[in-house]
Amino acid sequence: MTEQQLSRQAYWKRNLRLMAGCLAVWFVVSYLFGIILVDQLNAISIGGYNLGFWFAQQGSMYTFVVLIFFYAWRMNKLDREFDVHED
Amino acid sequence: MTLQTMTFIVVGATFALYIGIAIWSRAATTGEFYVAGKGIHPVANGMATAADWMSAASFISMAGLIAFLGYDASVYLMGWTGGYVLLALLLAPYLRKFGKFTVPEFIGERFYSKSARLVAVICLIVASVTYVIGQMKGVGVAFGRFLEVPFEVGVLVGMAIVFFYAVLGGMKGITYTQIAQYCVLIFAYTIPAIFIALNLTGNPIPQLGLGSEMADGSGVHLLDRLDQVIMDLGFPAYTAQKGSTLNISLLTLSLMIGTAGLPHVIVRFFTVPKVSDARSSAGWALVFIAILYTTAPAVGAMARLNLMQTIQTGEIGSPAGNLVYADRPEWFKNWETTGLLQFEDKNGDGRIQYYNDGNADFAAKAESYGWKGNEMTKVDRDIMVLANPEIANLPNWVIALVAAGGLAAALSTAAGLLLAIASAISHDVVKGMVAPNISEKGELLASRIAMAGAILVAGYLGMNPPGFAAQVVALAFGLAAGSIFPALMMGIFNKNINREGAIAGMLAGLLSTLVYIFWFKGWFFVPGTEMAANTPDNWFMGISPESFGAVGALLNFVTATLVSKVTAAPPEHIQHLVEDIRVPKGAAAAVDH
Repeated sequence: MTEQQLSRQAYWKRNLRLMAGCLAVWFVVSYLFGIILVDQLNAISIGGYNLGFWFAQQGSMYTFVVLIFFYAWRMNKLDREFDVHED
Repeated sequence: MTLQTMTFIVVGATFALYIGIAIWSRAATTGEFYVAGKGIHPVANGMATAADWMSAASFISMAGLIAFLGYDASVYLMGWTGGYVLLALLLAPYLRKFGKFTVPEFIGERFYSKSARLVAVICLIVASVTYVIGQMKGVGVAFGRFLEVPFEVGVLVGMAIVFFYAVLGGMKGITYTQIAQYCVLIFAYTIPAIFIALNLTGNPIPQLGLGSEMADGSGVHLLDRLDQVIMDLGFPAYTAQKGSTLNISLLTLSLMIGTAGLPHVIVRFFTVPKVSDARSSAGWALVFIAILYTTAPAVGAMARLNLMQTIQTGEIGSPAGNLVYADRPEWFKNWETTGLLQFEDKNGDGRIQYYNDGNADFAAKAESYGWKGNEMTKVDRDIMVLANPEIANLPNWVIALVAAGGLAAALSTAAGLLLAIASAISHDVVKGMVAPNISEKGELLASRIAMAGAILVAGYLGMNPPGFAAQVVALAFGLAAGSIFPALMMGIFNKNINREGAIAGMLAGLLSTLVYIFWFKGWFFVPGTEMAANTPDNWFMGISPESFGAVGALLNFVTATLVSKVTAAPPEHIQHLVEDIRVPKGAAAAVDH
């Protein structure tokens, strides 16, 4: 395997790891907090919101936005580190 | 000035704007027609994607759905936004790197098979056509309610406008019009929401108002008040989970992967200059979508509370606690004339009783009050957004703006869907299969003809909607989730999936989802042909037909993996293709055909 191939394999592995981390957060805020644990979290209230309900109708969406920008920012850094960025 | 004149002026002004943009942004090449020359700034593309995505249903129906389902409507909020995370992480950057024009084109090349491309084209056309019918209907309905124009005329005017900018400008014209349409629809949505939040809670930001205390000085939080008011009348609690956890999770997942697999959304990420732009552009799209989607829960809850408190003015059970029908507010009368709000004085006391007579415990109590059943015989969910400005006593121009916003939402989504259909026909079928040697000029002409044809078919179906029009959301998302999303994902993430595996997988996902939906809703939605009643007891493991897309996707993944294991591995050049799309570098070289 050439050096370039090895480096690209390492790049892809790092990408997959980052992706797995982001998808774990994606799962936790929507499925875990918003659906599966909603009754338990509803016992806690923040302001006038029950926490589970807040995650389902507000919090999950805010987290999704942050997640995408975080991923884009980290990938731009990774692209440069492995010299696979455009122009 | 009357409301109708004002509405004509506002809607007319927005239409003039769309036509102006169309003339300014004509497409000269197939690249401009299909993907706007790949020159759209990521923020602008995000805004266009938001308008493309948010349909008449998001604008008009979603808040109403939330108002009446409460927590259980969260599936739509999370499902239709969480899909963008999948799109940004799993699909958009790689498909942009691949650098071609359509979704079936990627499937055809990655799985080196015209049959795979054809299966993808069929899924795309079925999903997009069913979806576009609803948009055309939305245009007709919006015209009918706000401008008192006959439904068919409304659809025709909508067709003419879309025809103008979509046929002339293709993706380029559609993109710039969608940006304008986003601005119109988001103002139209948020302005009434701000006033209602201010009115009820004293907080002008609807997202914060929803979690605030009531402005009446009682110190009670809005959501607690809402829970109490509706539970006192026998309705289930607003903030509690009512459906089964498994079904709610699967429905959310189906909507998420369906969103990520809808071709008219994916193709928007082909229009940005770079791979890194495709990633950030999905983030911008979600920002613009979330502005509306996080406002909708506030609109839903506040509108429901307003409605309940308008009718139940005093203590429950005391004869004077209910609104006297003759004293009902003006907006109540307006919506009665449309038939979307209906009242029947069952106990003849001249007052309105609105409660849940399906709840046996409360129905018994209601009888002791002398109530003879729920008298609000029809409360259409769509009223919640449309009547908002009137309930909050906002000036006529805001009501006119809501009409223009509803039209913008329907037209922008229709245009995106029509482009996906037209490019599948001209690029994947005509150039890809029938006439590979067609010149660029010839293909551009073919795409314009395909677009015109698609508009005519969509308009016809909008005016004569097949009986199944209401079921199409399940179908479109089921198809995208069960067939397109897994094929794209495996094409990028698994080098071992070959032609045989991909085709078998797509067919497994497609057919299992179709059969499951038809089983409970009738074969091809023909009434009376369903194999079992569409009730939770009959569903397999309690999974509703709308939630089955995720299961179809799973079957797709499993089938594709197994079949690929026992058939020949993909050829060498396909392995290189996959390796190449995984790195951003060199995207420019892949652009030209």
